[in-house]
Amino acid sequence: MLTEPLRRLMAWFTRVVCGIAVFERGIDLSTLGQSVFFANHSSNFDFPAIWSALPSEQRRSTRPIAALDYWGRGGIRSFFASTIFNAILIDRQRTNPDDDPLKDSKEALRAGYSLIIFPEGTRSLDGEIQLFKSGIFRLALDSPHVAFVPVYLENLNRILPKGEFLVVPLLSRVIFGAPLMLQAGEEKEAFLKRAHSALMELAL
Amino acid sequence: MKVTLALWLILFLVGATASNWLWGRRRSDDKSRALQREVTLRIESWWIMVLVFVAVWLCGFYTTLALFFFLSLLALREYITLIETKRADHRALVWSFLIVLPLQYLLIAQHWYGLFSIFIPVYGFLIVTIRVAMSGDCADFLNRVATIHWGLMTCVFLLSHAPAILTLSVAGYESRQDELLFFLVVLTQLSDVFQFVCGKVFGKHRIAPKVSPNKTIEGLLGGMLLTGLTAILLSQLTPLPLVEDFILGVALCLFGFCGGLTMSAVKRDKGCKDFGTLLKGHGGILDRIDSLCFTAPLLFHFTRYFYTL
Repeated sequence: MLTEPLRRLMAWFTRVVCGIAVFERGIDLSTLGQSVFFANHSSNFDFPAIWSALPSEQRRSTRPIAALDYWGRGGIRSFFASTIFNAILIDRQRTNPDDDPLKDSKEALRAGYSLIIFPEGTRSLDGEIQLFKSGIFRLALDSPHVAFVPVYLENLNRILPKGEFLVVPLLSRVIFGAPLMLQAGEEKEAFLKRAHSALMELAL
Repeated sequence: MKVTLALWLILFLVGATASNWLWGRRRSDDKSRALQREVTLRIESWWIMVLVFVAVWLCGFYTTLALFFFLSLLALREYITLIETKRADHRALVWSFLIVLPLQYLLIAQHWYGLFSIFIPVYGFLIVTIRVAMSGDCADFLNRVATIHWGLMTCVFLLSHAPAILTLSVAGYESRQDELLFFLVVLTQLSDVFQFVCGKVFGKHRIAPKVSPNKTIEGLLGGMLLTGLTAILLSQLTPLPLVEDFILGVALCLFGFCGGLTMSAVKRDKGCKDFGTLLKGHGGILDRIDSLCFTAPLLFHFTRYFYTL
């Protein structure tokens, strides 16, 4: 019962510290249904930033996908990941090659949750957008009715760059772009390229 | 005096905001819209001023200090967001935001003139220089250090002189320093309005057309004269004799003018007319405090040098 106020507090705190201004380009967040938000990745503040930029109802039904090796190490991080953000932890090491690392994410999608995912797979050092891994394609294949929303994060890499632990409270922008969907028969490369360029367009 | 002044200001502001809004609703051509933007910008600065007023008037020294601390923080964050910093500058920026900025205001809270008046020029400078040097990335070193330090000087050091006025002790003027702070803020904002109006009415000869096309010699001279006269009108607020009030008013206008011009130069360098537009989606605190940054140290040192115990 304490989690809801805590989550609101966390969202507010993130918006204030990162000076977040939200932009909607070709999209209306208030009427948006179930979606997968995919964004460029450069900072540990990235998914809290998107999460806090969402309208509160959307936020309640949105689960970020986060790295198990960082967020699952117990203590305060685990508390935040599980209780506050309701994150899905993903094993990047793939200890057992037969496991599907996206199993939990697919189940969450089938259960009606929206997701936040970083298709580059890891944080970029210089803020450039790297190539996408195939994860979002496999999610789209599994739940083709879901909208994929590109989200461009600007300046988060300056607020908390990779490898740093103290925050510089600069101003940032979270830009949501027009949703795209997997077209019938669309190949992996084509879909990833389309998603990548939708995100690149927002960066301009 | 304080109460009357505050009431008049609030009344004036409500009127100004309302008429600006009504006027803007009826016109939609580009020229009036540009003019309305300028007027809106000024009205917003006035609202900041009223906030300062209320803080000082109702809540005293520490609240005022806290208010200016936040103004400095917001201004510095806008400034650093705008400039280009490198990945290697991160620690230097952490020091600027988490150590230098709070310490400067803490020193003022301690009334420690000997240290706060040199803290950022000397130790802030050292901290930024050393931390960037330690980062191991030497490319563009001098530019990076100088740019970060310039932000600390302008947004933190200069601006902090405004609340520092409350630490001055003037003979026969005890516990009235807040009136001096009103004097500073009101005159700074008024001088801006006077220059704007005089420039619009009489303006012919531009001073620095490439930096700020709206600033004219006529605007500046008219502004200086009117600000000087207003300073005489408000002389009850200061411990100074009338002649010096006038001189101070004229000087405040000149310094405020320089502040606006300097910030214009920074904005031109970044390719935009105001910080609000440049920062897309964020308000431009920097646009509103540019002249105050330059006038605050002037009033502080003028009063301190000639009148303090």
